[in-house]
Parts: sequence; C-alpha cells; structure tokens
Amino acid sequence: MSLMSFFNRRTSAPVARERLQILLAHERGIVGGKPDLIAQLREEILAVVRRHVAVEHQNVQVKMNRDADISTLEIEVEIPGPTPVAAR
Amino acid sequence: MAKVLVVTSGKGGVGKTTSSAALGAALAHGGDKVVVIDFDVGLRNLDLVMGAERRVVFDLINVVQGDAKLSQALIRDKRLENLSLLPASQTRDKDALTEEGVAKVLNELREKFDWIICDSPAGIERGATMAMRHADVAVVVTNPEVSSVRDSDRIIGLLDSKTEKAEKGDRIEKHLLLTRYDPARAERGEMLKVDDVLEILSIPLIGIIPESEEVLRASNVGSPVTLNNPASAPGRAYFDAARRLKGESVELTIPSDKKSLLGKLFGRRAA
Repeated sequence: MSLMSFFNRRTSAPVARERLQILLAHERGIVGGKPDLIAQLREEILAVVRRHVAVEHQNVQVKMNRDADISTLEIEVEIPGPTPVAAR
Repeated sequence: MAKVLVVTSGKGGVGKTTSSAALGAALAHGGDKVVVIDFDVGLRNLDLVMGAERRVVFDLINVVQGDAKLSQALIRDKRLENLSLLPASQTRDKDALTEEGVAKVLNELREKFDWIICDSPAGIERGATMAMRHADVAVVVTNPEVSSVRDSDRIIGLLDSKTEKAEKGDRIEKHLLLTRYDPARAERGEMLKVDDVLEILSIPLIGIIPESEEVLRASNVGSPVTLNNPASAPGRAYFDAARRLKGESVELTIPSDKKSLLGKLFGRRAA
C-alpha cells in the first residue's frame, strides 16, 4: 500500500473482494444449494399465484437483494378485485 | 430525439464496459435520461461495474422473449435517478437475441430515454452485431496498441456495412475513444501517439482517457468513474467526451491526475 492511499482513503480492493464473494456464492449455488435460488423462487411463487388468479404482467413488481447474510425477495402482486357485474 | 449509441471495439479488455458506464453516468449527470444495455449474454459485467449486481431480477433476454416487461427489467441507478441499466442474461444462450426482438426493445426505450447506450461484447459474433445493428452513433474504444487498433479497423468496417443505417445507404456517425493512454510513454516513443492512431483509423476523436489507477478503484467499488471520482483525470476526460457526444465543442486535452510530492514519490509502489 502506498503512503498516499494509507493516509488518504479507505482502500477499494477489500470492497471488490467482498462484492465478488457474495455474487459468486449466489452464481455458484453455494447459497441455498442451487444456482440462483432467488430467481427460481420468484418463478415458482408467481406460478402458484397464477394458478389461482389471473395476474397481468404489469401488475407484478419484483425486487431482489442478494446479500452475504441475508437475501430478500420482494414480490408485489396486484390481485384484481371482483369483476363488476356487466350492465344490462 | 433518442439516440442509440453503441460502444464497441472488437478486442476485449480495452474498456468498453468501463466507458459505457462512465459515459452513461456523465450524460445522466448532465440531466439526460440514459439507459445502458449490456449485450454480453452469458458473460455480463456491466451490472458489476455499475454496482447493481445484487439487484438484477430480469434481463434483456427475458424482455426480448416476452417473459418480463421492460419496466420490470430496468434497474434504476441508486445514485442518479435518470440513469438505468438493462442487464444481460447470465444463463441464456446468445442466440436468443433476435434482430426483431432487439429492435422492439430499442423502440420502446426510444420513447423513454434520450440516450440508449449499447455495451457491446468483444468479438464480431452475434452479441456484437446485435449491439451495433440499430445504432445511430458508434464509439469505437481503442487502446494505443497494435492488436487493438487492428481490431478497431475491422469493427469500423462492420459498422459501415452491417448496421441498419449502412444498409439503408446512410452513414453511421463514428467516434474514436482512445483509452489507457500514457502521454509520457507516447512522448518517449514507447507507445503509439494519438495522431498515429487517428491517421490509421481516420475517424474523428471523441476523447482521450489517460491510463489511471482511478479506473480500477471505481470498478472495485461498483461505481462509474465519472461518479466515483468526477475530478479525477479519467473522470474529467469522460465528462468532456460526453459533452462532445452532445455536440458541444470542448477543447481536446488529456487531463492528468495531480499528484502531491509524496504521491509522486510513493504512488508507483502501489501493488
């Protein structure tokens, strides 16, 4: 480490190392035992919801955050209300 | 009027992804609405360089194949709200990129963004040809090094023959972005000079990005160099290039990192 970086800033290589470890753990399937478990969960959860209600693509919001200790999968599905009785 | 810009080079490792992220962030910083698309199917990295790797849900191929809406696949940058990323698929085959599918996605993006930056994969295969296919403007990223210049020449030939514009008889706007340039070595005759490269490739210069430690530092932390350190030499050089892309006339200089005496003495020892 140079004197400059020692005094001036927090080094960036440890950040790179941590980011790669988290990313590769997910890609190799070390987390959850399957490559990209989160993506698979997303597909299956949506399939289950679709079995019961017709869900429009645009009414589904999915957010993921893959982290070292905890990953979150946030699925927001707008379920349509009762169909209004057609006017006669 | 939206512009589709392809960042291409032929050769790998010359700075296409770094430049796509840096130019995208610089343009977005100036207020334009920008989306950067990763065309490197199977070997995506733009998400990592832009620090969005943990948030990828859907990708370009999901959108092309109709499995996801464009709005679901776009990842909005956490630092700049008018900067978005459309990641490549890491698992699918690149043959899934159909010309019609890509055209449809680009047309939809044209309505929402001012700049659509297509980060091309290396090579001249499907991913690279799809990235350039619908472009209005091309930035050819070149290192002052023989193999990079040769591959850029090949890519310029493809831009003039295989793009939609070229096939219609229009000219595609081409710009040279010279990266990893070291003025001192060029002066000592150890590196091709700017003029050497310009003479060989004969396309106009959009910027010179000096070789700098800041580029690695920025990718380490997942931030475009123009956001991570806008005052750094590469940061300033990319900001200037972005202004030239917008049609502004900016004097061409090669910014340098100012180093203190201590920095000069010890800087080169960094591993």
